[in-house]
Amino acid sequence: MASVCFYFQVHQPQRLRHYTVFDHNQYYFDDHKNAEICRKVANKCYLPANRLILDLIRKYDGRFKVAYSITGVLIEQLFSYCPEVISTFEALARTGCVEFLAETYYHSLSFLYSRREFVSQISKQMQTIKNLFGQTPRIFRNTELIYNNELASLIESMGCFDAILSEGADHILGYRSPNFVYSPKGCKDIRLLLKNYTLSDDIAFRFSNHDWNQWPLTADKFGHWISKVNGNGFVVNLFMDYETFGEHQWKETGIFDFLKQLPEEVFKHPDNDFKTPSEVIEAYPPMGIVDVPHLISWADIERDLSAWLGNAMQSNAIHELYRLEKQIKSTGDENLISDWRKLQTSDHFYYMCTKWFSDGDVHKYFNPYDSPYDSYINFMNILGNLHNRISKYPQPAPVSIGHIFQNAVPNVVDSAAAN
Amino acid sequence: MRVFMLGWEFPPFISGGLGTACYGLTKALDQLGVEITFVLPTLVQTSYATHVKLVMPGMKIPQATTRRRTLKNVKFKTIKSPLQPYERPDNYQQRMEESLQRIRAAHGRATPSSRGIHYHGDMYKEVHRYADLAVKLAAEEEFDVVHAHDWMTYPAGIAVARATGKPLVVHVHSTEFDRSGEHVNQMVYDIERMGMHAADKIIAVSFLTRNIIIGRYGVSGSKVEVVYNGVERNGNGNGNGTAARTGISKDEKVVLFLGRITMQKGPDYFLRAAKKVLEKMNNVKFVMVGSGDLMHRAVEMAAELGIGSKVLFTGFLQGADVQKIYKMADLYVMPSVSEPFGIAPLEALDNDVPVIISKQSGVAEVLKHALKVDFWDVDEIANKIIAVLQHPALGVTLRNHGNYEVGKLKWSDSAVKCSQIYEELLVGAETG
Repeated sequence: MASVCFYFQVHQPQRLRHYTVFDHNQYYFDDHKNAEICRKVANKCYLPANRLILDLIRKYDGRFKVAYSITGVLIEQLFSYCPEVISTFEALARTGCVEFLAETYYHSLSFLYSRREFVSQISKQMQTIKNLFGQTPRIFRNTELIYNNELASLIESMGCFDAILSEGADHILGYRSPNFVYSPKGCKDIRLLLKNYTLSDDIAFRFSNHDWNQWPLTADKFGHWISKVNGNGFVVNLFMDYETFGEHQWKETGIFDFLKQLPEEVFKHPDNDFKTPSEVIEAYPPMGIVDVPHLISWADIERDLSAWLGNAMQSNAIHELYRLEKQIKSTGDENLISDWRKLQTSDHFYYMCTKWFSDGDVHKYFNPYDSPYDSYINFMNILGNLHNRISKYPQPAPVSIGHIFQNAVPNVVDSAAAN
Repeated sequence: MRVFMLGWEFPPFISGGLGTACYGLTKALDQLGVEITFVLPTLVQTSYATHVKLVMPGMKIPQATTRRRTLKNVKFKTIKSPLQPYERPDNYQQRMEESLQRIRAAHGRATPSSRGIHYHGDMYKEVHRYADLAVKLAAEEEFDVVHAHDWMTYPAGIAVARATGKPLVVHVHSTEFDRSGEHVNQMVYDIERMGMHAADKIIAVSFLTRNIIIGRYGVSGSKVEVVYNGVERNGNGNGNGTAARTGISKDEKVVLFLGRITMQKGPDYFLRAAKKVLEKMNNVKFVMVGSGDLMHRAVEMAAELGIGSKVLFTGFLQGADVQKIYKMADLYVMPSVSEPFGIAPLEALDNDVPVIISKQSGVAEVLKHALKVDFWDVDEIANKIIAVLQHPALGVTLRNHGNYEVGKLKWSDSAVKCSQIYEELLVGAETG
């Protein structure tokens, strides 16, 4: 068998407005820009892609299936700026062929800094999905597919998940193929599904690249590549940003036509089908244990965290943010807590990334800043204002004023112990 | 390849970026094996001639010759002329008057002497006299291309090119619009325009300058090439706080302005930003290094803004003193209104000092790891100054990446581009 397992990440951050050290206003978000981007992406991607997928599910009588992870921060924006997108997702949910995954509501890096915050953001996200789509997610994906053994153990200990999605990075798989189900090291029941990055990126990144020797990518050709997995794998995990359809790859590149024709090409081989992540782990046994002692992600060529925590500014900003957790929560001020959480969205730190030299293009996408330095300055000014707001509440306990900034990526074990 | 190059200034006799650029470029061309005859105007070196001492206190001539000797293929020729870089025709008149008075005083004479220095009160005439002398000098030299740096040498460049039939390259380090805003001096503009139209090729130091050349001087874009300046790496990389700070206490931060204090460089925006910064934090000193026609105005303005005790003026510095200043500095700010290139921020980064640069500068086209501002946006300049001073992580990141980035801006690359331009002109001349 070769099962195609599509998972689409659907996310837009709440971008911050220009905020100088002289600003006092407690509103931090650029509603105008966020609305504009939401509507633009909805028109170019979410609406046409949802319509196409709904058509495909109907056309193939439920044999075409996909999975989505839609972040809480995007859902909030969709409700404000283009609620029709929510309706189309609801329609997809009703087909029974669409699985919704769990992640952190704020698309945050909280796993690295606060386990308590991490768990509470997952719960909030699951509640949101349950309310909207009537499903309780059974599969977890962490922000940017960030993963290690510890994450797997933590997710398993939550007792509500069957599997985790991550990146099929070469350095963790070695000679092994991502086209099987695996077990995370140190876990009993939970499963691991790893992204087939070659085939995923053929669609997500290379589809319209004229310099690529396989261009143009046709559904027919891609269907053959899928069929070749028969005999040496069970599942092809195609994980990508949903914005691939219509936004990263414009409609004019033929990306929608490609998706439209793909099921037919896949079904030409009698052993092929489409499965959701839950169906995949139901159908196929784990083929071994994957050991991931160090953090991985799906980003850039390094597949590490350097896009979010690679320089002193990023490290400083995120440390300063999480350092406020106890104080913020003790205020009981819902607006304050909500602002603090929206600042946790990983994109804010991504915009501060300075490794422009090889991965530049992806990093510029929808980046509202001219430079990573501007983004850091803006973030720190907002954090300064947030800090002032907290200081108006009585202080619970003395707060350590330790590091002003740190260069290194945080030691996850230490931050876990601290929480 | 032999080049007849016409300049205004050369280290150590410099007052701005042009001399630095000519030195860096000729040194790199020299290393490519390009032979250069470099022609400079020098004010007659009599004991009465005071401008060298005025501009550069304590500089000795031998240093100059030593530095020049390191250039194998470069010959220096001087033309006796009182032309000075960055001079305005009206200042020129005034300087000549002052110079004459000093001579009269020294000699106890009441009337001007026809001997003394070669006095030509009219700068226009002087520029053309320089051109005549350059043509005479050129008759004794063998070369393939004429390369003229900035407007004062354009008439000389045109004259030499005409007399010898060699192709002319004019190198635009700045234009009258950069120096004077909209109040251009018609004579200077006319000379610039004439030079650009007479040139076979124009080298602009940035796209910003290229656009001015095309838009304001009516030159076809096909004739204008951009060659960015480079930087001589000699920073010792231990910026901020290690040098003894006179008048600045240890816990005070130092924000630097370094450049001629003229309209073009935006000293007033620097001071207004300083005022805003001081509203938010007190432990900062603003140091203004340089001199210029707005110097007195700047001192007054600092007083008017009520920040007189927070702003230090050092006057013009160079060499070791500049290095010392960089060691003290936490941040360098270049709020230029119009900066064709701007080598100074590269030198600051080379010395591990992070920089805020005006978006209206050529150097903003090549630097990614710098904070960029619109020169008029005083709030934003202050916002960014405060950010650098308050968040060490920002300075660290800017320094690390900036220092690396500066390493990639090499004069050797600029020289290669120039020599390609020479080659193309020669091929064009042969086939055409």
